[in-house]
Amino acid sequence: MSHITDLSFSELKKALDERSLSSIEITSAFLDRIDALNPTLNAFITITHDEAMQAAKDADALISKGSGTPYTGLPIAHKDLFCTDGTLTTCGSKILSNFVAPYDAQVVSQCKNAGLVSLGKLNMDEFAMGSSNENSYYGPVKNPWDTARVPGGSSGGSAAAVAANLTPLATATDTGGSIRQPAAFTGTSGLKPTYGRVSRFGMIAYASSLDQGGLIAHTAEDIAHGLGLIAGHDSRDSTSADQPVPDYTQTLNDSLKGKVIGIPKQFFDDRLDSAMRQAMNEVLDVLKSLGATTTEVSLEHVAESIPAYYVIAPAEASSNLSRFDGVRFGYRADSPSDLMDLYERSRGDGFGSEVKRRILIGTYALSEGYYDAYYKKAQQIRRLIRDDFNRALGTCDLLFGPTTPSTAFVLGEKTADPVAMYLEDIYTVATNMAGLPGGSFQAPLINGLPTGYQLTGRAFGENVILNAAHQVQTVTDWHTLRPEGV
Amino acid sequence: MSLTSDDVKRAAKLARLGLTEAETTETLTQLNSILGLVDQMQQIDTNGVAPLAHPLELKQTLRADAVTENNQRDKFQAIAPQAEAGLYLVPRVVE
Repeated sequence: MSHITDLSFSELKKALDERSLSSIEITSAFLDRIDALNPTLNAFITITHDEAMQAAKDADALISKGSGTPYTGLPIAHKDLFCTDGTLTTCGSKILSNFVAPYDAQVVSQCKNAGLVSLGKLNMDEFAMGSSNENSYYGPVKNPWDTARVPGGSSGGSAAAVAANLTPLATATDTGGSIRQPAAFTGTSGLKPTYGRVSRFGMIAYASSLDQGGLIAHTAEDIAHGLGLIAGHDSRDSTSADQPVPDYTQTLNDSLKGKVIGIPKQFFDDRLDSAMRQAMNEVLDVLKSLGATTTEVSLEHVAESIPAYYVIAPAEASSNLSRFDGVRFGYRADSPSDLMDLYERSRGDGFGSEVKRRILIGTYALSEGYYDAYYKKAQQIRRLIRDDFNRALGTCDLLFGPTTPSTAFVLGEKTADPVAMYLEDIYTVATNMAGLPGGSFQAPLINGLPTGYQLTGRAFGENVILNAAHQVQTVTDWHTLRPEGV
Repeated sequence: MSLTSDDVKRAAKLARLGLTEAETTETLTQLNSILGLVDQMQQIDTNGVAPLAHPLELKQTLRADAVTENNQRDKFQAIAPQAEAGLYLVPRVVE
């Protein structure tokens, strides 16, 4: 048997089912590896050793009595924007550097109720704003494939931790690509569910009409297990969808014969890098060999998704982040002279520069006289984008494309130019605008670095995405490749 | 459309965001570059297109108007920078 931490979530589940491993053995193996590698990778902000070992002990007791759930004793780690009762939740920000949430996010509760053991809280771009994890107050996360490179963002800690075998499953969130892009950069599988599929209760808001919680793991099968735990209606999130949650593992082995894969021509135009094109064609060949057919489709307004996103997301952020005011929780500036000084310095010192930029853009776009030119215009474009997707998905089951324009870039390469960083998300943002589910899964390496392909499905069609990705993973080994040297 | 440093200061004031002079200057350049990107929206004809606020246009559900949460004031105030006798403390507002 390979080392415990090499095993995927599904493999660990099997080992627990067969009683060949205990939760204590699994949990301590992952904690040891985190202790050894986190100083280099910086994927975790908080490691909850004691709580995890206690939860593992409790899990083993339940398992021995035969009274656990099918997931009792399996490890997970949470992106540090899911509130955890009694454990620090920073959202990657100085302004929440002392924030111990007084309640659990719904996703955290669901994982706890299923018996999962949380190993700790994962690093991220501050308030989920970023594509490189360089915007964290707690320092950048390093890509385990090459520590000179970024892991992507904003869920960079989640992706790096899974890639380096520090946890087999991680929660993450995606507002414009924050699950899929880091999954692609680190050779992991990541799924952003349909808007409303997973409760946002206790998930610190960035852009409420776009934010969606999801997962990063090694395989589509792992995600199918995890999604069944965190999906579902929650009366405390009025935007969560009251739709039945299927058993996502039941459809993983469905045949792809007769499935139609749409190829958006805008994703494969002249601008696509030739090595990336070749990697994508290799994946497409596998999908075709499994019985799927392809058809060309058009997402006419996809290029405008980035400009429209950088109005809608900052506008919503400027409103959401007004709650961080130094009064009720979080960081407060020293010796404020008056209330205005308290607000301005707590927020001025507490937020990092990218967060401030987005608050200012959003405030400006929503200020008197600019609504029609910015926010309304962006929402009109959003409808055009959504209609493009619905039209395309009327003729096919899934859309296929690259997740990112290139492999992981070098730390510092794009920090001076926010717009260059924003354009990293050109293939992912439109999916959020349309509210559809999207997954990124491992494609062939380019020059030794991971790449990802993206599948976008119809609303609540997560099972279709996971089925196709799992079928590819049964006949390829891209998802089994691990970074050397860590 | 190009911003001036007064626009940045005005937005910062509205957002209650303290910026140093150096930050204002740097932010001005970056915000103008972001607005340059955003202005690409103007190339699209959106006449007669209804704005889309939520992608799935789900109906908001209503619940009975009944109390469902317990009072946890003490727990919530335990993490406040300054609270006393059930109140959040801020600098004096009225002399």
